Amino acid sequence: MIKRLLLVLGLPVVLFTTWYAASANSENFYAPPLRQIMVAFADTWTPGRLRADVLPSLARLGAGYLLAAVLGIAIGVAIGVNPRLRAAAEPVLEFFRAVPPPVLVPVIMLFAGIGNGMKVIVIVTGCIWPVLLNTVEGVRATDGVLSDTTRAYGITGAARLRHLVLPSASPQIFAGLRQALSIAIILMVISEMFAASNGLGFTIVQFQRSFAIPEMWSGIILLGLLGFLLSVLFRLVERSTLAWYHGLRDSRRRS
Amino acid sequence: MLKVDGLRKVYRSGSREVEALRDLTFTVEAGELVCLVGPSGCGKTTLLRCIAGLLDPTGGEVRVDGSPVAGPPPGMAVVFQEYGRSLYPWMSVRDNVELPLRQKRMPRSRRRELVAGALAAVGLDGTESAYPWQLSGGMQQRVAIARAVAYEPTILLMDEPFAAVDAQTRADLEDLVRSLWRRLGVTILFVTHDIDEAVYLGERVLMLSASPTIVQDELTVDLPAERDQLHTRADPRFTAQRAHVYAQIQAAKAGGPRTGTASGAAGELSSADR
Repeated sequence: MIKRLLLVLGLPVVLFTTWYAASANSENFYAPPLRQIMVAFADTWTPGRLRADVLPSLARLGAGYLLAAVLGIAIGVAIGVNPRLRAAAEPVLEFFRAVPPPVLVPVIMLFAGIGNGMKVIVIVTGCIWPVLLNTVEGVRATDGVLSDTTRAYGITGAARLRHLVLPSASPQIFAGLRQALSIAIILMVISEMFAASNGLGFTIVQFQRSFAIPEMWSGIILLGLLGFLLSVLFRLVERSTLAWYHGLRDSRRRS
Repeated sequence: MLKVDGLRKVYRSGSREVEALRDLTFTVEAGELVCLVGPSGCGKTTLLRCIAGLLDPTGGEVRVDGSPVAGPPPGMAVVFQEYGRSLYPWMSVRDNVELPLRQKRMPRSRRRELVAGALAAVGLDGTESAYPWQLSGGMQQRVAIARAVAYEPTILLMDEPFAAVDAQTRADLEDLVRSLWRRLGVTILFVTHDIDEAVYLGERVLMLSASPTIVQDELTVDLPAERDQLHTRADPRFTAQRAHVYAQIQAAKAGGPRTGTASGAAGELSSADR
């Protein structure tokens, strides 16, 4: 237990102290000492600031991510269970997936303006693809024997989706959701950098433009912490939802 | 009860055609336990999938209680060979057994009763909340059998259910099937490639030819209803009938299908054999 804790904390501590020591006497205006950044962090990210700038960012992120997850899984299941639809849709999907999402921001701004809607749409258009494509793959890989069993017992339609298709695809779906989460964070920041009046991305750009360099760095650190927290949260949800899958894999590995 | 009439199945892939089943005709009466045995690769699984309504035959038809099979008939349960792939790994043992009953829109109390009864019948009480993959292979197959039993089927199809378990577990499971059959009065069609198993379990044994498959021969098993691993397998009648089935399967492998065999005539041949 203690050994694991040391292993987990070791590298972050080393990196932190290295940065702290190396920057301690820094004269460079753009790379201030970490000490100074930490002071700026405490001064900048007050509860009021968190409510005014971080909360809107998180709300957009949450809305966009959830929407992308629901749409991606729904469309992915529809395509996955229907071979003809899949044959028609697959090349198009690969094309959209290959378009880097940030280039869509200016285009979407033209249609959706610069409000919250635009930012949510940007996040959705960026992170729907890994969810959708992984869902298609997961649904396609439904086991034939299990599928026969389900049919033989007269389980069809919605019950089949709920008890067979979705759970059997869930490991793949979660892989897609994990990729989508990091894309969603990136797009949240980028969409706010283009045009916004609040939000984390907006604030960081503001600091940079007004040469408030320690504050800018503190914003970047906050972003990193947020991303870390979200991924821990994600892993907790995944652990409990896919407990059966990890157990199954371990039991196969042992035998 | 179960009537298979002129069943034929041809697989097509591109311009290639493979005739898996040529012409299969047989009947299983209500409450019978019939074993289907044949050389490996003779299309046993294809036949079973056609009967279960999971595969459309190219010709002929299957009738259950007089109505032709198009899609899985209600009141039929199937136990597959691959127990590891026929149980839902994301559900507990209880949920696995209960799911088909929920689909039948049965009240909760009745479902609980059936699940508990079926698990007790296969000797699995106490494992309700375990996941299937936490159990041994033999126990997993018991769960699949419990699920079939709880479903209260009139016909139970079993597709080489014990081919992937070890020999001792297999003997236990064979006795389990016999005792369930006698207790529940269910009709069982049991597919196997194991000749001993077919003679030990069945009231009647249907021998299939090599692919393209026809019914090669038929044997009404002359053994007492009360069977056990030790005495039944040492019974001279058992060994004689086993030898007969063995010879037929060997002939099927060597000569391919005999054309124009009627199962009725073959049945008489087997009784003359004794």
